[in-house]
Amino acid sequence: MNRFKLPLAFLLAALIFGQASAQEGKTIKIATEGAFPPWNSVDTSGKPQGFDIDVGTALCQRAKLTCEFATQAWDGIIPALNVGKFDAIMAGMSITEKRKQVIAFSKPYALTSNYFVVRKSLGLAEMASHLKVNLSSQVEEERGILQALKDKLKGKIIGVQGSTNAEAFVREYFGDTVEIRTYDKQDNLNLDLVAGRIDAGLADYSVWKAFLESKDGAVAALYGPRISGGLFGPGIGIGLRNQDRELAERFNGAIEAIEADGSLKAISLKWFGADLVSN
Amino acid sequence: MNLHLIVDVLPLLLEGMLLTAQLTAASVAIGLLIAVPLALLRTSPSFVFSYTILLYTFVFRGTPLLVQLFLIYYGAGQLEWIRSSAAWSILREPYWCALITFSLNNGAYTTEILRGGIRAVPSGEIEAAKALGMSYALRIRRIVLPAGFRLALPAYANEVVLMLKASSLASTITLMEMTGTARKIVAQTFSPYEVFIAAALIYLGFTFLIVHVFGRLERHMAKHQQRAGLKNNSRSRVRAAAKISAAQKVAP
Repeated sequence: MNRFKLPLAFLLAALIFGQASAQEGKTIKIATEGAFPPWNSVDTSGKPQGFDIDVGTALCQRAKLTCEFATQAWDGIIPALNVGKFDAIMAGMSITEKRKQVIAFSKPYALTSNYFVVRKSLGLAEMASHLKVNLSSQVEEERGILQALKDKLKGKIIGVQGSTNAEAFVREYFGDTVEIRTYDKQDNLNLDLVAGRIDAGLADYSVWKAFLESKDGAVAALYGPRISGGLFGPGIGIGLRNQDRELAERFNGAIEAIEADGSLKAISLKWFGADLVSN
Repeated sequence: MNLHLIVDVLPLLLEGMLLTAQLTAASVAIGLLIAVPLALLRTSPSFVFSYTILLYTFVFRGTPLLVQLFLIYYGAGQLEWIRSSAAWSILREPYWCALITFSLNNGAYTTEILRGGIRAVPSGEIEAAKALGMSYALRIRRIVLPAGFRLALPAYANEVVLMLKASSLASTITLMEMTGTARKIVAQTFSPYEVFIAAALIYLGFTFLIVHVFGRLERHMAKHQQRAGLKNNSRSRVRAAAKISAAQKVAP
């Protein structure tokens, strides 16, 4: 790259990168989305709360770090980490190969379990929701289940949160037979699902649970198999900059510790009413 | 920074580019259709008309476009009686919601811009038209609107450029216009600078086009003034005056 041809671009980059990266001994700033309950949301006073925040607080206590949570829009959360606005991401973010190309991850601190939710008024043919599809395994039966799901959803409008694995999955597996709408926030997707602008949505079980239990959620129900693995990755991890290896080690140690003493499971039960952390 | 990526994503933005162009053109066209009669009524002596329209322009100019978009998109979806009415078949679609909001917003601004232009038409010209026995409709068509529009044109061109950029808000209601597409690509490549620079280049191209077209239109509409400026000597003036009086068959 010829840097002399790009003085303006470099000035811009310098202005943005100039804010600099994490410094040891300082407060670790953790970015969360704040609109993905029960993983993370903001309380009435605007303070972040949720599973991610409780786990983060427990981890920081273990690792003897001073941590501070701040909200950042999902769309820009990875660039914000890389330019040094934050030192870690805890926002229900799944570990994926694609994301690993730009940031590093800690060990997973929770699992993923994605489900479709469809409007009851569609009257789709029954499909059992106890089935499980692991995209990483190549079992014939599971591919059959996925194909059956695809046939049933043909021509429907599917909502997903943009820049998520759910979006990547729907585009890759159902992109040719359904219309896809992407939302910046799960809250807005839920509104449109209730309004009937979309027929179905795909997201993590933990996200649906809060919605389906709400008054509005009565119009929709879980549909089809649990989908995990493959595009969805091994689970939810803490996003970190590639060079911050020491921080990653400290978080990994802390995750093992709170897994072993049962406090991680307790936090999961508190926020999800289910154990989403043990294999 | 990767220069190749900027070039590579340009074709990927094409589809979003078309939607952006379509949304902008349609809402500017509908906005103008709304604005012309409203601007005339707004400048009319009628109190009732003038203040009703003032209320409309005040509401749409006084609140952020994003809020208006959310009110029409998510707001309408919340109300059961709208969902069960015939209007839902239109309000259900994000495209129509965006078009309605943008048109109403653009219409409000254009109304006020045109009102300014119409107010600035020299009263002498209108009185001259009256003296020549032109009816109200003919006066509006031949004098008030052309002269008013010419005076409002620079401000109006600005409004069209603003509309182009405001159309990016459509991405917040699931429409994959240029900004929405750019954000999708950023999510896939994690390279915000390159992708947004590519999108910015296309926006600049559109703006250049709009500015150019309006520049030509302005020159075209000011032709009579240029000619007067070129041949500004007494002989041609006398000749022109003679021509006019001959044409109107009025004795000098």
